[in-house]
Amino acid sequence: MNKPQFRTCPDTGLVFHRPAENLIKANAVAAVIFLAVGGVLGLLVALTRWPAVQILNAQDFYTVLTGHGVVMLLVWIIYFEIALMYFCSAVLLRSRIATPKLGWVAFWMMLIGAAITSWAIIGGSSSVMMTSYVPMPADPKFYFGLILFAVGALIGTFIFFGTLAIAREEKTYEGSIPLVTFGALTAAILAVFTIACGAIILIPTWLWSIGYISEIDPLMYRLVWWGLGHTSQQINVAAQVSIWYAIAALVFGARPMSEKVSRGAFFLYILFISVASAHHLLGDPGLSTEWKIFNTSYVMYLAVLASLVHGLTVPGSIEVAQREKGHNKGLFEWLRKAPWGNPVFSGMFLSLVGFGFIGGISGVVMGSEQVNFLIHNTIYVPGHFHATVVLGTTLAFMAMSLWLVPVLFRRKLFMPGLAKWQPWLFGIGTALQTLFMMGAGTLGVSRRHWDMAFTGAPFEWAYPGMAHTLMALNGVSAIIAVLGGIAFVVVIVGTVLFGKRTSPAEYSAARPAILRGPAESLIGHGQIGLGVKGFPAPGTFVLAMFLLLIFVVYFFVNYGYLASVWRFS
Amino acid sequence: MSAIQPPAQRVWWKQPVDRVEIVWIAIALVWCLIMFFFMPWWHVYGEQNYSGEAYRVNPQEYVEKVNAFVEQYTVRRETPQQIPVVRPPAGSDVYLLGRLWQWYPILELEAGETYRFHVSSADWQHGLSIQPININFQVLPGYDMVLNVTPTEPGEYAVVCNEYCGIMHHTMMSRIYVVDKD
Repeated sequence: MNKPQFRTCPDTGLVFHRPAENLIKANAVAAVIFLAVGGVLGLLVALTRWPAVQILNAQDFYTVLTGHGVVMLLVWIIYFEIALMYFCSAVLLRSRIATPKLGWVAFWMMLIGAAITSWAIIGGSSSVMMTSYVPMPADPKFYFGLILFAVGALIGTFIFFGTLAIAREEKTYEGSIPLVTFGALTAAILAVFTIACGAIILIPTWLWSIGYISEIDPLMYRLVWWGLGHTSQQINVAAQVSIWYAIAALVFGARPMSEKVSRGAFFLYILFISVASAHHLLGDPGLSTEWKIFNTSYVMYLAVLASLVHGLTVPGSIEVAQREKGHNKGLFEWLRKAPWGNPVFSGMFLSLVGFGFIGGISGVVMGSEQVNFLIHNTIYVPGHFHATVVLGTTLAFMAMSLWLVPVLFRRKLFMPGLAKWQPWLFGIGTALQTLFMMGAGTLGVSRRHWDMAFTGAPFEWAYPGMAHTLMALNGVSAIIAVLGGIAFVVVIVGTVLFGKRTSPAEYSAARPAILRGPAESLIGHGQIGLGVKGFPAPGTFVLAMFLLLIFVVYFFVNYGYLASVWRFS
Repeated sequence: MSAIQPPAQRVWWKQPVDRVEIVWIAIALVWCLIMFFFMPWWHVYGEQNYSGEAYRVNPQEYVEKVNAFVEQYTVRRETPQQIPVVRPPAGSDVYLLGRLWQWYPILELEAGETYRFHVSSADWQHGLSIQPININFQVLPGYDMVLNVTPTEPGEYAVVCNEYCGIMHHTMMSRIYVVDKD
């Protein structure tokens, strides 16, 4: 009963429950390994789409593209999210983790599921893209592996809920759960919806692939599949915003400007963000206008409002913390004096800026019902979601890992000089990629397309020369991003294997002390800012207004172009 | 480190909110509502919309409709494969078929005329992408999608497939000729 199972980290003060710690390590390591595999596949994709290089033949290209999508969007991200959920529950709440044995069952189910699906893809019989749109058939193994993976992830999610219940029951903390845990809870709730959608569509599709069901309606497939495909990206959003808040707290000691506003914004995600399946169906036959407008706007853009709120409150909390430390001059001294050489911060901040300015704006504009006709199935779409999932989520997860792995493994960061450059290489390479892809998509270049020169087609047709240039530049940028990715894997794997040991972990049988909130009272932020009452973060407000300006201009530029093309109704 | 700690005040929802947050939320909400109402507004005042009109159709029957349409209005054949070029009367029903790996047939339309444009697939999903104007729709087997299309500028347009449909996806291309009235 009283095995020595808890340790308190001497550097961070966090409390680790040993079984939770082991599960976090295993899931995080699996995540990083899949990230490395997916990164190599991604490089091959980008080099094939570079017209002068076109490194793969058509068959291999579609196989590799399918693998890249599955490994990155599902396996890497969800493994990391499972680790993150365990961290945000057991570690942040100083609790024991619920049912650690089931945690290992979940881990192995996910691994075996991922292996089975990979086996189907590598065999070449399942080059159906991650979306596997019916009636194009994949090997039954392809669907079965995904189902197994999803069930494992669902078990992990329920372990998170169970741990929250235990922490509450055993009173390991006082008051409400921390904001970061609340964000993880948001992600977990969205995960349940996501995995339910996945089960509802992938189980019948698997049965169809082995002959027990005669037909799957392609429109229904798209509707439900995107309940999985898009909502899983909203899990990422909730997880990455939680990480932004966590890193702001860890690096700056930043407090949320207002618990009410930040939690309210997460709550808007829970209510409205899971209807985004519609984004993918705006150019589909048959769905009503009312349905499309209601759903594609996340119910009057209330979930977009939530992201805009986080966009102010995350950097705002950093600004307040910096100003309180004395960096109170002018609009931006707080930002200039930020620790840009600390990869945990620079990764987080590049993630925030890239997600907001590139991923967020492009996503909302292309999700407008009519503008979508201009970008549907063009490479603008991968441009957008590399800004959200790679520049936003992956970079945030990398930044978190650079902080978490040394703490977990009790080792010093391996090659800190390389780590310092890692977010910049990865962030700038990815940001350029997203812009080049979006540019090429604006010129009409298709996504999921082996040959933009259309070799072998009955007609000649050439995209503007600029489109070819942009795809070449995308290839070059991918190389930069992959260098950043390699740097990440080297630093993380190096830390785990060769990092200089800090003090050894000492476990104690005693229960950790109850987690309490900070003692200081939080009434307003009166003494800082530029003297405008109630504006303790004026720099952030100016940046937010700048984002809004770009947003508004870009929105109307797109509708303006749309007005110039053929008329249709 | 309070974002990873419980809130400082037990009753955190009574903590006053800084004005900067309230002002930003108000501005952002207004913009969200503008974007929201812009979509129905464009349905009324804009000229690029899709009404949602579509019919369930058996893919085989759709292919027969396309064949009848081709037989009736073919004006010439092009390319070594002798693909028919079809010129339907202004304002009539136009049928386009996506199949592995071809858009069928080639269309010749008059600028400024409005056609009832049908598109569907005989097999897998395809993506109808008209270049260089870059207008894109999803094409599903079993659904006859109907758009009232008015080509505005004469010229040669490419019809590209932009939904992945297998190994020869990149060869799936056709033409729409838009010509001046007579």
